[in-house]
Amino acid sequence: MEFKVPTMAELLASGEEPEILFWVGCAGSYDERAQKITRDICKILHHVGIKYAVLGTEESCTGDPAKRAGNEFLFQMQAMTNIEVLNAYNIKKIVTGCPHCFNTIKNEYPGLGGTYEVIHHSQLIQDLINQGKLKAEGGESFKGKKITYHDPCYLGRGNGIYEAPRKALEILDAELVEMKRCKSNGLCCGAGGAQMFKEPEKGNKDINIERIEEALETQPQFIAAGCPFCMTMLNDGVKLKDKDQEVKVLDIAEITVRANGL
Amino acid sequence: MASQIIFVILALAGIGLFSYNARKIVRNIKLGKAANRSDQPQKRLITMLKVAFGQTKMAVRPIPFFLHLIVYLGFVIINLEVLEIIVDGIFGSHRAFAGLGSFYNFLIGSFEFLAAGVWLACAVFLIRRNILKLKRFSGVEMKSWPKSDANYILITEILLMSAFLTMNAADAKLQILGEAHYINAGAFPVSTWLQALLPDQISTLIFIERFCWWFHIIGIFAFLNYLPYSKHFHIMLAFPNTYFSNLEPKGEFTNMASVTNEVKAMLDPSFVPAEAAPGKFGAKDVNDLSWANLLNAYTCTECGRCTSVCPANLTGKLLSPRKIMMDTRDRIEEVGKNLDKYGADHQDNKSLLDDYISREEIWACTSCNACTEACPINIDPLAIIVELRRYAVMEESVAPASINAMLGNVENNGAPWKYSPADRFNWATED
Repeated sequence: MEFKVPTMAELLASGEEPEILFWVGCAGSYDERAQKITRDICKILHHVGIKYAVLGTEESCTGDPAKRAGNEFLFQMQAMTNIEVLNAYNIKKIVTGCPHCFNTIKNEYPGLGGTYEVIHHSQLIQDLINQGKLKAEGGESFKGKKITYHDPCYLGRGNGIYEAPRKALEILDAELVEMKRCKSNGLCCGAGGAQMFKEPEKGNKDINIERIEEALETQPQFIAAGCPFCMTMLNDGVKLKDKDQEVKVLDIAEITVRANGL
Repeated sequence: MASQIIFVILALAGIGLFSYNARKIVRNIKLGKAANRSDQPQKRLITMLKVAFGQTKMAVRPIPFFLHLIVYLGFVIINLEVLEIIVDGIFGSHRAFAGLGSFYNFLIGSFEFLAAGVWLACAVFLIRRNILKLKRFSGVEMKSWPKSDANYILITEILLMSAFLTMNAADAKLQILGEAHYINAGAFPVSTWLQALLPDQISTLIFIERFCWWFHIIGIFAFLNYLPYSKHFHIMLAFPNTYFSNLEPKGEFTNMASVTNEVKAMLDPSFVPAEAAPGKFGAKDVNDLSWANLLNAYTCTECGRCTSVCPANLTGKLLSPRKIMMDTRDRIEEVGKNLDKYGADHQDNKSLLDDYISREEIWACTSCNACTEACPINIDPLAIIVELRRYAVMEESVAPASINAMLGNVENNGAPWKYSPADRFNWATED
């Protein structure tokens, strides 16, 4: 990285407060592919000059997979520990790189004492575009390229956010093609509800294959995603279909970084 | 006079029996645990008006939306006619509201168009189910009773509409023939086409008119009493069900207050919980679910929109959200019957989890909310699946091995994978 990612501890030491906390999430911290997206989100924040920070090693799992799997104890242990850290740093606004972290902190933390303004990184990008701080220039041109966007369940149906990620794509002057099942009717990638961490039940097909077949029907050059778990499922699907040379799966943040040459 | 007495007895019996059975269902729903669904009354009212009265979520599928709309409007509007039938039945009058004049003619005329529309729509519905065999109407849970139930409802509605139109045709013909009791009233734009099929003899016409009149009203009382045994109960429960629907974002799962108390006590030994912990976490059986879950189950009309969009079901897994709702209803019905037969202390050693819904089903869910989005009356199968998972994980510690491994990782490493918390920030220095 060409710049240093500031942590909350460092900011506190120098008596500063960030405008926004970037909640990286477990996938964003450890998964190689998602790490790249994490760095890209930092690049965007750095580029527009927003004062931000991350928790670094003080961050821990939001508890989302435990809650979806039915372990409310573990979820609340994680949640309350995280809330203690967030409140101690007097955090007001959070941007997440993952719809699952986003949903959990936004909807399930307030009842446990953690109330913050929470946005997903696609909403951050949308805001920056609306404010004129972010354009699509100085980098790779997506003009006329065919892009299809896969709605993550916990962003779309879960929280009604359909437009923000599309806004980030519209600015590219690309050809946006919708899959048959999109927006509120979008098909899950197969990873939600803690499925990411287990083998699927017996069936006649994997869900990500069903989804990738539908995505490929639109004959895209890029499949845009906004969730690290969708990213894994869609990437696996594209590889299994032997299409990983022609079709690239990219996160909204990666596309933004590429288009702006960051 | 005799017919008036018979009518009053039938009406009282029909309504009385219905309220007896409906009260039993209300009692069964109340066997569920408490849930607060009376906040934000204004938003709830708007949701009910939009989703139940306005049928907004039906519009996604235009063909059934249009057909269902005709039947729905027919049901609501033609029932105004039932008012007149009841007045005539009690007082022995004939077309008691005829004094409304041209407005009466307008009403009867509209009812006729609607009745014909309902007749046709139900015929198309029967064709879709039995001849075209739409995939949505099949599945493991669609055994013989659910299939017959749907057909009985459609055939009954066709018969009721046929009786209504035939009655009007005979009535109109008697009016033309100048039979004294049959005053000139009403407009018959549809049934006029049936007149040619009817005989010209006055006594036979009177018999046909009376027969259809009695058939129609007895049919309505019978149908009313069929509702509590049928998926068709949705025509009533759709309204409270949408009023009491979940208003929070779909992605949000409830925080269990009982767990909050225990976790707080664990983190802070001086914490004293306000209320005693419940006997059980999550749901093993129907009475561990909330009344809202049970209301959902009784409201389900088995249309299968949920299952037809479920990613697990689409890819051949056992899970079917419709089956979750039907199993829940079948089980609460069974629990209710046991209660009537053997009293409150009876245990039948059966439960919703395992005897009705298998572990394989609950673990196939991706919690994607496609089912809750698809349901035209805001039923939430996901909420039940989550409660069953909570029981399996928190009470029994029984989950797929990989899920247990993930939970262990979250507990020990603060991440669902086996990575060291000390490495969590390495992404910033790599690359």
